[in-house]
Amino acid sequence: MPRTLDRTDLIDLALGAAFLGTGGGGDPYVGRLMVQQCLDEGLSVTLVDPDELDDDAFVIPTAMMGAPTVLVEKIPSGEEAIHSLHTLERHLGRKATATMPIEIGGINSTIPLVVGARLGLPVVDADGMGRAFPQLEMETFGVYGIPAAPLVVSNEYGESAIIRSDDNRTVEWLARGVTIRMGGCAYIAEYAMSGADVKRTAIPRTLSLAIRIGRCLREAKAEHRNPIAALLALLPETLYSYGRVIFTGKIVDLVRETRNGFSLGRMRIAGNDGHDGAMDIEIQNENLIARVDGRVRAIVPDLICVMDTETAEPIPTEQLRYGQRVTVVAVSVPAMMRTPEALAVFGPKAFGLDEPFTPIETLEPA
Amino acid sequence: MRIGIDVGGTNTDAVLMDGMAVRGGCKSPTTADVSGGITAVLSDVLSRTKASMTDIEAVMIGTTHFTNAVVERKRLLEVAAVRLGLPATKGLPPMVDWPEDLATTLGRHTFMVRGGHEFDGREIAPLDETELLRIAGEIRARGLRTVAITSVFSPVTNVMEERAAEILRNEVPGLLVSLSNEIGRVGFLERENATIMNACLADLSAKVVTSFRQALRDLGITAPFFVSQNDGTLMTPEHVERYPVLTFASGPTNSMRGAAMLAGTKEAMVVDIGGTTSDVGMLMHGFPRESAISVDIGGVRTNFRMPDVLAVGLGGGSLVRDDGRRIGPDSVGYEITNKALVFGGDVLTTTDIVVAAGLEDIGDRSRVRHVPAATISAALDTMHRMVDETVDRMKTSADPLPVILVGGGSILVSRDLPCASKVIRPENASVANAIGAAIAQVGGEIDRVFSLEGTSRDAVLDGAKREASERARAAGADPATIGIVDIEEVPLSYLPGNATRIRVKAVGDLAVR
Repeated sequence: MPRTLDRTDLIDLALGAAFLGTGGGGDPYVGRLMVQQCLDEGLSVTLVDPDELDDDAFVIPTAMMGAPTVLVEKIPSGEEAIHSLHTLERHLGRKATATMPIEIGGINSTIPLVVGARLGLPVVDADGMGRAFPQLEMETFGVYGIPAAPLVVSNEYGESAIIRSDDNRTVEWLARGVTIRMGGCAYIAEYAMSGADVKRTAIPRTLSLAIRIGRCLREAKAEHRNPIAALLALLPETLYSYGRVIFTGKIVDLVRETRNGFSLGRMRIAGNDGHDGAMDIEIQNENLIARVDGRVRAIVPDLICVMDTETAEPIPTEQLRYGQRVTVVAVSVPAMMRTPEALAVFGPKAFGLDEPFTPIETLEPA
Repeated sequence: MRIGIDVGGTNTDAVLMDGMAVRGGCKSPTTADVSGGITAVLSDVLSRTKASMTDIEAVMIGTTHFTNAVVERKRLLEVAAVRLGLPATKGLPPMVDWPEDLATTLGRHTFMVRGGHEFDGREIAPLDETELLRIAGEIRARGLRTVAITSVFSPVTNVMEERAAEILRNEVPGLLVSLSNEIGRVGFLERENATIMNACLADLSAKVVTSFRQALRDLGITAPFFVSQNDGTLMTPEHVERYPVLTFASGPTNSMRGAAMLAGTKEAMVVDIGGTTSDVGMLMHGFPRESAISVDIGGVRTNFRMPDVLAVGLGGGSLVRDDGRRIGPDSVGYEITNKALVFGGDVLTTTDIVVAAGLEDIGDRSRVRHVPAATISAALDTMHRMVDETVDRMKTSADPLPVILVGGGSILVSRDLPCASKVIRPENASVANAIGAAIAQVGGEIDRVFSLEGTSRDAVLDGAKREASERARAAGADPATIGIVDIEEVPLSYLPGNATRIRVKAVGDLAVR
């Protein structure tokens, strides 16, 4: 059954998307307001389950590309991503029957909802990252054979560039150059694919998962239950079936720097409440790897979420601060994100880590 | 000598300060016309200290008047909200996400114009001056007297806001103009919101400043007066008339700075324990550390320079449960005088615990004799642990800091705190707000995105420091006393040339006469 979203769903989605962003992906606030604006105008957002898509449906995903720090100052016109989608339709000679997120973590969970509401297109309840990642080629779409190109990147003038390359990394690199010329933040349509391809390559039901996560945290708080325990109890019903609190403690050290346009950082958490020693987490826009006294406790692409112990709010990396009491939750990602092909694109090695990927189920057995 | 005044919702406090010494302090009820309360409390403090009018060099006033007006939706003007940024920004019009009643009070007169800049200073579009002329006609036709102008990336370059102001002023004589680059930092919606709120206060600010002036004149005080803003620095009356929104939340700042002065330290943690919560803030170089997170005022999201205050549910009226192992967050609040055990009630509160422990003598001691020693001991442990953890959480490094205790609930803390180098309980803490106003300094700030490419970080920082110092001087600081109190660098991801947002704040003593 297709489902339409209401105001509360959007608030829950923003919270759940921040959790799945594992520290990155940008604050969904501006995106949430843009979708809310659509609802206020009487438009609706319809989610469609990937299993209900026709095999010959034509899906064009849409997204924001660039710096979330620019987005909060240069608010979009709301038509940039629509323009990218239309340009790609013309280029391919085919009309989209749906749009879809490429990234469920952070602000990009909301951009396709605006496109869907404005164009009356359903939004496929799925995405290609299953979390947040810093680069466009880090998609299950690409891992399982869907080319990113042709990609269209547009600005608020409806000016656009079409980028073609057989190499998804080259597409990313060229599109990022155009994005900077467009003011550091632009809007894209790419990874056009059939309904059959969505079923084969997308991580299913991540939009509704984000809403469920947000709702679970919100309701547990309102009912004075432990939100993190409630969240861990919810996960086995989902494709992200295994979640553990891997550490609790206090941030005692925090180092940040920027290199090649990425926010790099490292935090140290001194343990408490039965957690001995100290946990070190390395950050590259998102949380990449967590170690305790040198031993790996969770590693990308599994989710490493740093949450405020008291409020159970996921903490974006730019809001981390000395002294925060945090609970670190690690969550298994769906099997299709852990295959050798997937790990080659967004596993530890893709981020320059020497450690091999080890599932959280092995690192933290029940 | 200086006079510090705090005009609160309930009381108007005044102190007379001789250098850093408090000569005397008084309280008087706040009056509807503001000036009545000021006159009363000033006459009181002057007669008690026997000070002469001619000894007074400056008067500093802190007020919650403007915050209250927005919260109560009273005495506000309808505003023309003009945004420069099309074709960008159209997705979210001005006043989106405002509470309906406040937006209606302000009339929802919103206009969007082509213009604005990119992060690196390029134009998004040239300013559409023809459209501004048309808007000027609308402003006249609708009888609007105040305008808020917000341009994309105006903290990087303010030329379009200035030009738009010039055009509108020419077309609409007497129009009151608020510019976003004077008010907020990067973060468009939050800055625009603050600018619109500022514009709606234009009438009230003129009236309040006039009544401050009147009250001082009635008492024969000819010394200049200043108003404190939310970062603990001073504004001239002329600046307050134009930018009243900058006084929002100056109260917590003044209270923390006043506490620091009384304790004689500039690096400390201030713990203000009230009836329901303990508010903890950190002082660095004598100024509160500012919050990085957006702050809602009257239901509107803003990015003001607010002190970063962490509240925990521990106060003099907090409920004690589980044999003392759990305290708060609920409190009997102002009903403590009939609900707490020592006051004849039937609720075990933190105040009852300190009385039962023999640490304080409040109310009827005999009514807490039955409280088990284990409960008393556990509750005292819990209370101290809560304060200690909150203080520790606010610290920016592991080094111990002095802790200054203020507020009526400070009786709850009787022991040393493990995270504190020492615990200080200053006298005169009840007029800390007015003291904070009296010792306020003059500041200048810049907050902008810089590219570090082709230059050195040091060169960029030096330039930023010079500019901030120059702003402090222009605002009235004595150049010999200006120093840099805060530098913040935030690298921006995904942008070329190691784009970095740099914020520098300079302050100096007020140049008197």
